[in-house]
Amino acid sequence: MDILFLLIPLSVILVLVILGGLWWAIYSGQFEDIETEGERILHED
Amino acid sequence: MQLENSQATTYNDTVIRQFSIMAVIWGVVGMLMGVVIASQLVWPELNLGLPWTSFGRLRPLHTNAVIFAFGGCALFATSYYVVQRTCQTRLFCEKLASFTFWGWQAVIVAAAVSLPLGYTQGKEYAELEWPIDILIALVWVSYAIVFFGTIGKRKVKHIYVANWFYGAFIIAVALLHIVNSAAIPAGFMKSYSAYAGVQDAMVQWWYGHNAVGFFLTAGFLGMMYYFVPKQAERPVYSYSLSIVHFWALIFTYMWAGPHHLHYTALPDWTQSLGMVFSLILLAPSWGGMINGIMTLSGAWHKLRTDPILRFLIVSLSFYGMSTFEGPMMAIKTVNALSHYTDWTVGHVHSGALGWVGLISMGSLYYMIPRLFGQKQMYSVKAIELHFWLATVGIVLYIAALWISGVMEGLMWRAMNADGTLAYTFVESVKAKHPYYIVRLLGGTLYLGGMLVMLWNTFKTASSGKPVVVNIPNVTAHA
Repeated sequence: MDILFLLIPLSVILVLVILGGLWWAIYSGQFEDIETEGERILHED
Repeated sequence: MQLENSQATTYNDTVIRQFSIMAVIWGVVGMLMGVVIASQLVWPELNLGLPWTSFGRLRPLHTNAVIFAFGGCALFATSYYVVQRTCQTRLFCEKLASFTFWGWQAVIVAAAVSLPLGYTQGKEYAELEWPIDILIALVWVSYAIVFFGTIGKRKVKHIYVANWFYGAFIIAVALLHIVNSAAIPAGFMKSYSAYAGVQDAMVQWWYGHNAVGFFLTAGFLGMMYYFVPKQAERPVYSYSLSIVHFWALIFTYMWAGPHHLHYTALPDWTQSLGMVFSLILLAPSWGGMINGIMTLSGAWHKLRTDPILRFLIVSLSFYGMSTFEGPMMAIKTVNALSHYTDWTVGHVHSGALGWVGLISMGSLYYMIPRLFGQKQMYSVKAIELHFWLATVGIVLYIAALWISGVMEGLMWRAMNADGTLAYTFVESVKAKHPYYIVRLLGGTLYLGGMLVMLWNTFKTASSGKPVVVNIPNVTAHA
């Protein structure tokens, strides 16, 4: 099952990338006052 | 023209109109192919004795047409619509956006020609030969540039949850396509996979199931999180839950694939891993389904009068059903009965016709009148008719295949007292015949609904005209 030497590291890298995305979203203020953000789309057009 | 001056103040809806119309047209074509091959299963004479019209060549044509042509065009159209509206900015790099349209249509036409001619890599949902694969990769990278470029120049700080789902879908599909399609060309339209034997099977179903997860789920969840609130005129039931839904889904999705390879040469622990991850997926899937349906909380009465909302909500019910059925079928003991039977085909169609089909149709019914300067579709009655044709069609389809699948599984494993098999294979095939007729009837109804949609779309487009929509808040009179 040599293929796992490709697929498992790929998954680990991907999880790290996703973690990076989550980290960015939290610390750049994406999740501040989120319920208001849910309503915004109803008023934009 | 005028476009040059107004570039910053209007949305680019041209490419959305193109993709929306083609989604409806390819929907009809793909579903027609489905009805053709379902008829071939009932009456094998309809293979016509010709290689080009045989089931083995038309079946991948059907799957490619409905998933990548119909589903793909619907995803392109809605993602370009949603990303512009929620970011309140015009599409990034419009020439590239136009290339994604023409490039994607070229891929579809190439598939429609090459598959009946017998050119195939033999990998399910990844049949297309290497030159077409390269074109897909180019279109997909352009799509990513347009989509993320638009997010990059957004006027709203917060990135709406639908865009996160679309974004994950775009990135994941690029990765899956490139890894799974790695092949050594052996001439024009002929290649050999870079992987062999069970390695190839593992990569194929790592791709195959994640294509279900990211192409057929994450992308359409993006649609759900925008068009359900818009049509219901209520915000998502819990915006916090939608964020948890997103992160939970993408963190846990990648390793469900081995459940396609239970009881094969794949190592046992890898199979069990796939089973466990499939079971875990039940939680985020149902969280999202409940969140979508509960968006209607306090506005349930709208379901009585609004057929578009009915499309969207029934689609979520099918999402709930198939994301429960899927993990159950991934359990090894259940899989021992269900695998290789019609139950699998029924399950796929519960997700494809029920979830993917209905959510796309509902979203297109929301967008199409707005793209042509109309208040609603030409005929609301026709939407209603489409809804019932589609819903009855799905129920007939999946009920028939549940019965035939379980029956077939039980017949295959039935043994006589002396340990010999109770039935020959052909006896199980013969027993399925009546259910194949019911399945054909269900599929035909579903196609009939799509034809009604095509007529309604044509009427709506021709009684209106393409409109240019201003971006709010940017202009003075916002």
